[in-house]
Amino acid sequence: MVTTVTSFGRSGVFDWLYQRVTAVVLAAYTLFIVGFIFLTDDFGYQAWSALFQNFWMRIFSLVALLSVVVHAWIGLWSVVTDYLTNRMMGPKATVLRVLAQTVLGAVAVIYTVWGIQILWGV
Amino acid sequence: MNKSRPVNLDISTIKLPAAALVSILHRVSGVVLFAVMALLLWMLGTSLESEQGFASVAETFSSVPAKLILWASLAALIYHLVAGVRHLFMDLGIGESLEGGRRGAVLVLVLSVILILAVGVWLW
Repeated sequence: MVTTVTSFGRSGVFDWLYQRVTAVVLAAYTLFIVGFIFLTDDFGYQAWSALFQNFWMRIFSLVALLSVVVHAWIGLWSVVTDYLTNRMMGPKATVLRVLAQTVLGAVAVIYTVWGIQILWGV
Repeated sequence: MNKSRPVNLDISTIKLPAAALVSILHRVSGVVLFAVMALLLWMLGTSLESEQGFASVAETFSSVPAKLILWASLAALIYHLVAGVRHLFMDLGIGESLEGGRRGAVLVLVLSVILILAVGVWLW
C-alpha cells in the first residue's frame, strides 16, 4: 500500500476516498444553494436568513465547510508536492513547500473557525 | 537522499493534450477556489447579519470590477465542478479509455464554457 500520504488519510486509498466523498457533498451543497436562490419566490434577506435558521441547514453547511477543508487539503497537497519540488525549483524547494503547507493549513483553520462563527453566530 | 531518484512523471516536459489541459485547469481552479472561500465566507457572514448586510453584499457586486471578480470566482467553481464530475464518472469506469478520456475532456471544456457564459449573461 502507498504510504507516502498527505498525512490526512491513513493511506493514499483513504485520501482518494475522502477526496471523492467530500466532492459529492460539495457538489450537492452547491446545487442546493443554486437551486434555492433560483427557485425561491422573492429571494431576499428574509428567505435567506430563514434558511440558515434551520438546524439541518447549519449542519449541512458545517459538513460542507469541513468538506472544503479536507478536499482542499488533499488537493493542495498534491499541487504543492508536484510543483514545489527540488527538481523543478532547486534546493530551496523543501523549505518553500513546508512554508506553503503551513500557511495553507493556517488558512484552513481560520476558514473553519470563521465559518462556524457565522453559522452559529451571535 | 539519492539525488537521481526515479521520477513518476516529469510534468515540466509534457505537452498538453485536451485531457492534460482539463487536469491542469482543474488544479488551477481548485487553488483559486481555496482563495475564493474567504470571499464566500465574507458574503455569507455579511448577508446573514441583517437586512442591511444582505443589501450591502448585493450593492458590492453592482460595480463592473466587482462583477468581474464574482464572475471569475463562479467560473472557477463551475469549471471545478464539471471537471470533478468527470473524475467521478471515470471512477465508475465511464470514459476511461484513451478516446473516452479525450471526449470527456473536450466535453468538460465545452460544457464549462457554455455554463460560464450563461452565468456571465445572468450577472449582467
